[in-house]
Amino acid sequence: MKSYPISIKPFGERAVLVEWPSEVKESILADILDFMEAFKALKIPGWEMSVAYNSLTMVYNNDHLDFEETQKMILECHAEQAKTASTRVQHLWTIPVCYDLEFGIDIQEVAKTLNLSVEELIKQHTSHQYVVYGIGFLPGFMYLGGLPQSLEIPRRAEPRLQVARGSVGLAGKQTGIYPQESPGGWNIIGNCPVPLFNPSIKEPCFVKVGDKIQFHKISKAEYELHKIEAEVGIYKPEKEVLHA
Amino acid sequence: MLKVLKSGFFVTIQDLGRYGYRDIGVPVSGAMDVDSVKKANLLLANAPNAAVMEITMTGPTLLFEEPSFICLSGAHIHATLNNKPIENYQVVQVTKGDIVSYGRLENGFRAYLAIKGGFQTEKVLGSRSQFVPVTKTKRLKDGDEVLYDKNISFKPLISEVKIDDHFLKDYLEVYKGPEFELLNDSQLSEIFTKTFTVSKENNRMAYQLSELIEGHAHSMLTSGTLPGTVQLTPAGRLIILMKDGQTTGGYPRILQLSEESICTLAQKKSGDIFTIKLL
Repeated sequence: MKSYPISIKPFGERAVLVEWPSEVKESILADILDFMEAFKALKIPGWEMSVAYNSLTMVYNNDHLDFEETQKMILECHAEQAKTASTRVQHLWTIPVCYDLEFGIDIQEVAKTLNLSVEELIKQHTSHQYVVYGIGFLPGFMYLGGLPQSLEIPRRAEPRLQVARGSVGLAGKQTGIYPQESPGGWNIIGNCPVPLFNPSIKEPCFVKVGDKIQFHKISKAEYELHKIEAEVGIYKPEKEVLHA
Repeated sequence: MLKVLKSGFFVTIQDLGRYGYRDIGVPVSGAMDVDSVKKANLLLANAPNAAVMEITMTGPTLLFEEPSFICLSGAHIHATLNNKPIENYQVVQVTKGDIVSYGRLENGFRAYLAIKGGFQTEKVLGSRSQFVPVTKTKRLKDGDEVLYDKNISFKPLISEVKIDDHFLKDYLEVYKGPEFELLNDSQLSEIFTKTFTVSKENNRMAYQLSELIEGHAHSMLTSGTLPGTVQLTPAGRLIILMKDGQTTGGYPRILQLSEESICTLAQKKSGDIFTIKLL
């Protein structure tokens, strides 16, 4: 597994920011996740870590940090980790999306702008696997990488004040799902009936950073069924194990 | 239990926050002015994390239905118990039928009402702090009932103390943020010499400042943010993230407020001014 150079910056009294080369790349993400695994294995209580693309924010909830000491500990851990094989398990999740016009309120306009038929657009959106490079912005919002160039479209000129929960959108090099109702400027092409953030269960977010997702086209009837299944708590997202 | 007869402008239940879920995008939440909360809980001999009421700008009217002890802290919003004034940092005994209400805002912006044992509202993901979509409701409303444990035996070690308001400062202290090095000389001089004003856009998520500084054209990959992170938008706007702020962002993080200065800023409202000092 490739090991990259890292740099560490202080980030207030009880956090540090660890940065990898500034690129969106699966091998960089893998190095970050391997580091996290190695750091967690040190079993130091109080640390909380979150990944976004090429960086890792490490917060120490228990106390203020000594930066020099923390930096040394992180560099040592990163150097050690390169010597051991990763045992991380990742998943490929199949995420159901209904692309009906009722949900995909911008899909016709998007298809026209991209010079594709609606069928072709759906086919392209569902035929790729997207890497989860981070979860943030809103609880359960996934930063996905791997959108084909043919589906790149600018944000809407005017953001909507209200985008429905579960809306699946396109914006620039990104595709993603709005986990909650929120304002937003993405082009909406469908809706996912399954909650991506559920605070009433032990693991509120079934997808983890480093996992992949693939969208799967469903009918309105299947949409309604999955929605009810999710509400009564019997919906099981489809997954496949990927080896890192 | 107490009953919220009138809820005021924006009243929430907060503890010290929700830890361990930043990796799935859940903000830490918790009291904006932690210092005030810790002091009130200390006088009540509560755990530091005991849940309190965070009262923004105007106070609620509360009807107590069980005996207990309360302690106010933070902003001064002329509070009364059955129409008799009560002070901050005073342990006050309440009994069934007592009414606490508030008058005019004297200073600060967020007042706290702590109760012996803490409010016993629903705990979600390890915290009682209200934040939608983690908790179902985002604030207390008229008619809400809030649980607490009855207490008649508490003997405070200190029943009243005069504490200077830590938040009456006209400056914020900051550390360099991860993208501090992007700032040019003119931006640096603007930041550390200008007087800034809190704009109308200020809430538990973020405080935007009215004055613009020179903008930038730097684009970066989305990365982690914390309460107290000062972001600079391309247009030159400074946005300071607060306790309900998003966990990631795409604007350069030029500064990071000290924890103490987060408490200071939490007590400022739109129109209030301050300068910025580098630690």
